[in-house]
Amino acid sequence: MSHVIAKNVVVEFPVYAGKSLSFKSTLIRAATGGRMARDASDRVVIRAVDNLSFELREGDRVGIVGHNGSGKSTLLRTIAGAYEPVSGSMEVSGRFATMLSIWLGMDLEATGYENIFLRATVMGLRRAEIEPLADEICAFSELGDYLHMPLRTYSSGMAMRLAFATSTGFPADIILMDEWMSVGDTDFSQKAQDRLRKMIDQAKILVLASHDDALVKKNCNRIMRLDHGKMVELTERCN
Amino acid sequence: MQSSAPSNLSLAIKDFKDGVVGVHIWSTLGWQEIRLRYRRSLLGPFWLTLSTGALIAGMGPLYGKLFGQSLATYFPYLAISFITWTLIASLINECSNAFIAAEGYIKQIKLPLTLHILRVVWKNVLVFAHNAVIIAVVLIFYPPEVGWHLFQAPLGVLMIAVNGVWLGLLLGLLCARFRDIPLIIASVVQVGFFLTPVMWKAGTLGSLGWAAQINPLFHFLEIVRTPLLGSSASLRSWIAVLLVTVVGYAVTLLVFSRYRARIAYWV
Repeated sequence: MSHVIAKNVVVEFPVYAGKSLSFKSTLIRAATGGRMARDASDRVVIRAVDNLSFELREGDRVGIVGHNGSGKSTLLRTIAGAYEPVSGSMEVSGRFATMLSIWLGMDLEATGYENIFLRATVMGLRRAEIEPLADEICAFSELGDYLHMPLRTYSSGMAMRLAFATSTGFPADIILMDEWMSVGDTDFSQKAQDRLRKMIDQAKILVLASHDDALVKKNCNRIMRLDHGKMVELTERCN
Repeated sequence: MQSSAPSNLSLAIKDFKDGVVGVHIWSTLGWQEIRLRYRRSLLGPFWLTLSTGALIAGMGPLYGKLFGQSLATYFPYLAISFITWTLIASLINECSNAFIAAEGYIKQIKLPLTLHILRVVWKNVLVFAHNAVIIAVVLIFYPPEVGWHLFQAPLGVLMIAVNGVWLGLLLGLLCARFRDIPLIIASVVQVGFFLTPVMWKAGTLGSLGWAAQINPLFHFLEIVRTPLLGSSASLRSWIAVLLVTVVGYAVTLLVFSRYRARIAYWV
């Protein structure tokens, strides 16, 4: 069973350079960004995620919407386990695919083929799991002999193909995405969309952060609206 | 920071365990770093060996003369000392930056933090293995007395690596929080090279011998150096090393359990 259970999750970033900032009051509300405040020891902190509780179950396609700095990406990274909540708890079970940074682990000096393994290793896969899928990734990327050339010789579009093909090349239970991914020229773009769609359909949970309401409405059955790190609205939709 | 203490401790231990178990990740990343840095060069990582070799070949006769020692005793001493010191010094320096350098990883995905340290330690052990060729060559020309004590040397290197891990966790954490510390450490290590018996011998200090003995780095050098020069390292050195290991891991465990979860916010 894959699930994500958040209980009163709070994520705060200490701002060490902000110590000298003078505040007219201890709390300032800005139009964008997390809530700035001072913590118990009088440090300036930015509360990016403010007391969030929710449960995601299999079949959930969750859209996270909100304006810039409302905590969407931070929440994704907290679900991914990169940030541990300052208080509250985040319990996650299932195999992840984070599309938060599809370049992570890749190296400009390594060949395309090596990069598939590097990227997949960082995603937590073992060599024996990567090998059977590597050929498919190579074929999908349509990079041919370029796969044996260093990544730095690629055009940005080619590099993107490789990163995309690799990131979507392994099945996952939970997919985290910051904005919908689109890559390549017209032909490849369609192929990429089909592949992404297929991967998402096979996944048990999707969490998609986006500022594009239409996109979220189209793809998600639950929509969470964040403002200053707080959940201001949770819409359940039946697709 | 509000979660209860025992769970912090167990999470820290879990991080450490998962990090070690993720050997396929840190060994791949560490190896990759070495391989790629020299991909377009002919000799690859052996450039390191070559430049270290040239340095030792130049310094050996000069400092041997300055210290009034015969080449046969001073040359192997310097070669082993210098290469072992290079391992220790680069471990300290690179471990300080390990978390800062791994920022991209730490902020994006959940990997055990220990894994980033192990990657750095592994990379430095690999560099040492390249440099060890010089030691081998020097020992062919100036062979030490052969015996079981020779086996202590790899054990000594292992102890340096094992201590690199706790030191990396501790320094990496401190440096991620306080960005001045890496710079302080770099200068301390630089001074340490002259204050530690690397180029000179502890024995020449005479009545000031304690100044070498209280330096833990001296003992780490000793457990690699002395066996390769033909005798067992002193028991005192081994006890010092074991003491540092135990105390080091204990302190690190305390600090790491307390602040592990904060590192992602600091880098």
